[in-house]
Amino acid sequence: MTGPVLWALLGHWRRNPLQLFTVLAGLALATALWSGVQAINAEARASYRLAADMLGAADRAQITTRAGGRVSVADYVALRRGGWRVTPVIEGRYDDIRILGIDPLTAPFGGSGLSEFTRADFGAFLTAPGLILGQAEVLERLRGKSLAGFETRPSMAPNTALMDIAVAQKLLEFDAGLTRLMVDPQQPLVQVPLGQIAPHLQLTTPQVGADVARLTGSFHLNLTAFGLLAFAVGIFVVHGAIGLAFEQRRGMIRTLRALGVPLRQLVVVQTLELLCLALVAGTVGMCGGYLMAAALLPDVAATLRGLYGADVSGSLHLRPAWWLSGFAIALLGTGLAAAAGLWQVLRMPLLAAAQSRAWALASRWAARWQAGAALALLALAAILAGFGTGLMAGFALLAALLVGAALALPLLLDQTLAVLGGRAKTATAGWFWADTRQQVPGLSLALMALLLAMAANIGVSTMVSSFRQTFVGFLDQRLAAELYVSAQNPGQAADLQRFLEARVDAVLPVQSVSRQLMGMPVAIYGNRPHATYRDNWQFLQAVPDVWQKIAEGKALIVNEQFFRRAGLQLGQELAIGPDHKRTNSLQIAGVYGDYGNPVGQVVIAERLFKQLYPEVVGQRFGLRLDPSQVSKLRLDLIERFDLPQRNVIDQAQIKALSLAVFERTFTVTAALNVLTLAVAGFAILMSLLTLAGLRLPQLAPVWALGMTRASLAKFEVLRAVILAAFTSLMALGLGLLLAWVLLAVINVEAFGWRLPMDVFPAQYARLGALALLAALLAALWPAWRLVRRSPADLLQVFSNER
Amino acid sequence: MLVSLRDVHKSYSEAAGRTDILCGVDMNLAAGETLALTGESGSGKSTLLHLIGGLDSADSGQVIIDGQALMALDDAALAGLRRTTVGVIFQQFNLIPSLNVADNIAFQARLSGRQDTARIADLVGRMGLEPHLHKYPEALSGGQQQRVAIARVLATAPKLVLADEPTGNLDEASAAVVLDLLLELVGETDAALLMVTHSTQLAARMGRRLHLQAGRLA
Repeated sequence: MTGPVLWALLGHWRRNPLQLFTVLAGLALATALWSGVQAINAEARASYRLAADMLGAADRAQITTRAGGRVSVADYVALRRGGWRVTPVIEGRYDDIRILGIDPLTAPFGGSGLSEFTRADFGAFLTAPGLILGQAEVLERLRGKSLAGFETRPSMAPNTALMDIAVAQKLLEFDAGLTRLMVDPQQPLVQVPLGQIAPHLQLTTPQVGADVARLTGSFHLNLTAFGLLAFAVGIFVVHGAIGLAFEQRRGMIRTLRALGVPLRQLVVVQTLELLCLALVAGTVGMCGGYLMAAALLPDVAATLRGLYGADVSGSLHLRPAWWLSGFAIALLGTGLAAAAGLWQVLRMPLLAAAQSRAWALASRWAARWQAGAALALLALAAILAGFGTGLMAGFALLAALLVGAALALPLLLDQTLAVLGGRAKTATAGWFWADTRQQVPGLSLALMALLLAMAANIGVSTMVSSFRQTFVGFLDQRLAAELYVSAQNPGQAADLQRFLEARVDAVLPVQSVSRQLMGMPVAIYGNRPHATYRDNWQFLQAVPDVWQKIAEGKALIVNEQFFRRAGLQLGQELAIGPDHKRTNSLQIAGVYGDYGNPVGQVVIAERLFKQLYPEVVGQRFGLRLDPSQVSKLRLDLIERFDLPQRNVIDQAQIKALSLAVFERTFTVTAALNVLTLAVAGFAILMSLLTLAGLRLPQLAPVWALGMTRASLAKFEVLRAVILAAFTSLMALGLGLLLAWVLLAVINVEAFGWRLPMDVFPAQYARLGALALLAALLAALWPAWRLVRRSPADLLQVFSNER
Repeated sequence: MLVSLRDVHKSYSEAAGRTDILCGVDMNLAAGETLALTGESGSGKSTLLHLIGGLDSADSGQVIIDGQALMALDDAALAGLRRTTVGVIFQQFNLIPSLNVADNIAFQARLSGRQDTARIADLVGRMGLEPHLHKYPEALSGGQQQRVAIARVLATAPKLVLADEPTGNLDEASAAVVLDLLLELVGETDAALLMVTHSTQLAARMGRRLHLQAGRLA
C-alpha cells in the first residue's frame, strides 16, 4: 500500500517542480552554510590539537628568563646538573612557518606530544645534515633554505617544521641561546631550587585558559552564530515551501484517507517522503558546504594566524563526524520545517471542511500566539540587555531580539496596511491595500527571512565599519613613532640606544614583562615620559594629569580588556611588583582602548619599571624623528648593526600590515553575510513565484470588473517593492540594535573591549536599494506571466464546468 | 444484511450549543439493493452516509457493515473497510490532483491489492475515458471527473457503494449519463448502492427511497 500512496504524494512535487526546487534548494543552502562553518571550525580545532601536541607552550611547564630574553646554554647545563629534567627548545618563525627545534636526546617522549618523532628518526636527526619533519606544503616552502633532509609527516601540525635544535639555530640565525626550556612532568624528588641555580629564570606552570583553542573560542562562536543564522534563514524558506505543500495537499490527504489509507500509514509515508527530500538536499548541501569551507578556509587560517598566532591548515579534510552532523542538521531542518504540517495532518479530522482553506491565513488564535511570543521575546531581550552577564547571555539577547522582531514583522505589516487601507481615497487604492494585506501571511516567512538577513547585514557591517574606523584611529594614536627598531640581543640594544640618541628627536624603549595580575596574564610596560604619549594616547576614562602622575611613579594605566575582565575601578590600587607587595601598589589613573590585543596591559613609568624589574632589558625602540629622515636612518641601522630587514620597520609598514590583518579578519564574516543575504533574496523570489500560481482566483474578479492585466501586473510589482521597503525600514532599526548588541555586549564579553558605534547611512541606503531591486526582479517574472495570460485562463476561474 | 443501523444518534457541538443531527435512525440495506436517501439540506443525509462509510463515528447506536460493528473498529480497521468493502463517491469528485486519470482510476484497486487490469480497461472504455487517460484532473470537465471517480470506486468491486450527490455538480444531460453508468455497473457486481440526492427524478430510479427529516427517517 505504501507504494501507491508515496507515488500519489510525490506526484505533488512532480506537478509543482518549483516548489520542490524551493524545498531542496532552501534545505541545501541551509545545510551548506551550517556545515561549511562547522567544517571550518572542525579544521581549526583539529589544527589547535595538533599544535598543542607539538610542545605547545601553554599547556606544559616551562622555564624562561624573567627579562623576556633567551635562556643561555650555560643555564641549561647548570639546571641539568642541578637535577632538573628539562629539554631545550628553539622556536621561531621562518617565512611565517613555525620552526620548532628540539633536542631528541632529552626531549620527553612518552606522552610528551612529540608523537611524530619516532626512535627511527634519531640517527637522521642527530647526524649531519639533519632532518626536517613537516607537512608536504611546509617542506616545499623550506626546500633550498636548509641543507637538512626532508621527510613528510601529513598528520603533523600545520605550518610547523620539527627539527634538531642545531638545524633550527642555523635556519633562524640564532647566534646564541634558547627560546625556552620544557620541563618534564616527571622530576626527581631532590633537586637544587631554581632560584639558587639561576635567579633570573622563572618557572611557568601550565596556564589554564591561555591556550589557542580558548583564545579563539569567541571567533569560532561568532562563526557558529553566523552559520546558525544562515541556517535559520534557509529553514524559513523550507518551512514556507513545505507548509504550502501540506496546505495544498490537504484535500488529497482527506481523499486518501477516505479511500482507505490509515492515518498512521499516511504520516509514516509523509515522513519517509521528507526523509528522502532531506537526504537529497543534505547531500547537495554537504557538497556545497565543503566547497564553501574550502574557499573560505585560507582566509580563516590567515585571520587566526594574524589575530591569535594560531596555525590552521589551509586545506580541508573530510571527517566522518562532519558528514554525520551535516546530514543530522539537514534532517533536523526538515523536521523543524515540517513538524507543524505533520502535526496538522495528525490532528486533521477526516471530514474537514471541503473547501481549501486559504494558505497561511492565520487564525485569530495563531496571530495572538505570534504576537504574544514576539512580545515575550522582545521583553526577554530588554531584560537581558539590562541585567544579562556573560557571552551566552549576549548571544541569548541577540537570538531573542532577532526572533522576536521577525515574529512581530507580519503583525506590524498587517496593522500598517490596515491603516493605509482605511485612508485610501479611491476604490483601486482600497483594493490594493486590502489585497496587499491579504498577501502578507503568504509572504511573511520570506519577509521574515529578508528582515533577519538584512538586519544581520546592517548589524555586522556597522560593527566591522565601526571597528575599522576605531582601529585606524587607534593605530594613528598608538603607532606615533616614525620608525620601530628591534635589537637582536641586550648588548646590541645598548649600542643602538647610544647610536640613536644623537640622531633622533626621541628614543622610546618598548620594554615589558609578563606577569600574572588578578589571576590573569598581563604585560607590564615601562614607558619613558614623553609628549608622544601625552599627545596621542586617548583615554576611555582617566583622572586629571594622568601622565604627570605616571611620570611621578604614583599611578598606572591599564588597557580596557584588563580593566573589564578584572572588574577594576578608577582610583583603585594595583600591586604590580615582582613580589606583589603592597609597597608596589599604584593607583589606576586611566583606561585606554587596546583593540585587537587578547592580553591585559599595564603601563607604568620607565623609571619605576627599572626599579621593579632591573633584569629586563628593552630590545625594541620607537624612534621619533623628522619623517624625511626615516628612509636614510633605516638603511643606516640595517647596515651598521647588521639587522635583518624585518627588525627595522617604519610606521607606514606596520599600519599597512595591521590593516591587512584586520581586513582579512573580516573576509569570512563578509562572505557569510553576502551568502545569508543571497538566501533571503532567494526566499523572496521563490515565495513570489509560488504565490503567483495561487493569485489567479484573487485577480480574476478584479480583471472581470474592468482592470487590465497590465495594471494588475504593475500592482503586483508595486506590492512586492512596498513590502520589501517596509521590511528594509524595520531591518534598519533592528540592524542598528543588533550592531549595538555586538559592539556593547558581545565584543565586551568576548574580547574585553567596547567599541564606539558609528552609523554609515550610505551603506544602509545601498543595502536597502539592493533589497528593493531583489524584490523588483523577483516580482517581474510573475508579473510578466500575468500580462501574458490569456483571458481564457482568467475566465476559467469562474467556471466549474468545462 | 449488508448494512444495518440500530438507534443511531449523532450530534455536533458548536459555539451556540449542541445540535442533534441524527436522532435514533434505524435502517437496513441488502446486497444488490439500491436506495435513495433524500431530505432537506441539513437533515443529516451526508452525516448518515459518512457514518455508514466509516468516515465518521456515531455517538451511540449500532452501525454494522458486512457483519462488522464499526464502533468497535480502530482507524486502521476502518481504513481497511473503506479500501475493500465500501466505495465512496463524493459530490466534489475528490480526485487526486497529482495523479493522471489512469493512475486515479487504478489507485484504490492498488491500495486494496485487487488490481484487475481487465476490469479497469473495461470501465475506462465504458466510461469513455480512453482519450483522457494521461490528462490530469484539472483538465477534465465536471462530468468527466465524476466518471473517473465512479470508475475509481468500481475498480475495486466494493460490496457497498455510497454516493453523496454524485450528480450535484453536473448538468442534466451529464447527470443522466453518469447515473446510467453507475446503476449499470453496480448492477453487474451485485453491489448495494446508497445514494444521497435532492433530485426526485434520480431518487425515482432507485429501488427504494428513504426520506430523512430533522434527523429521523420518515
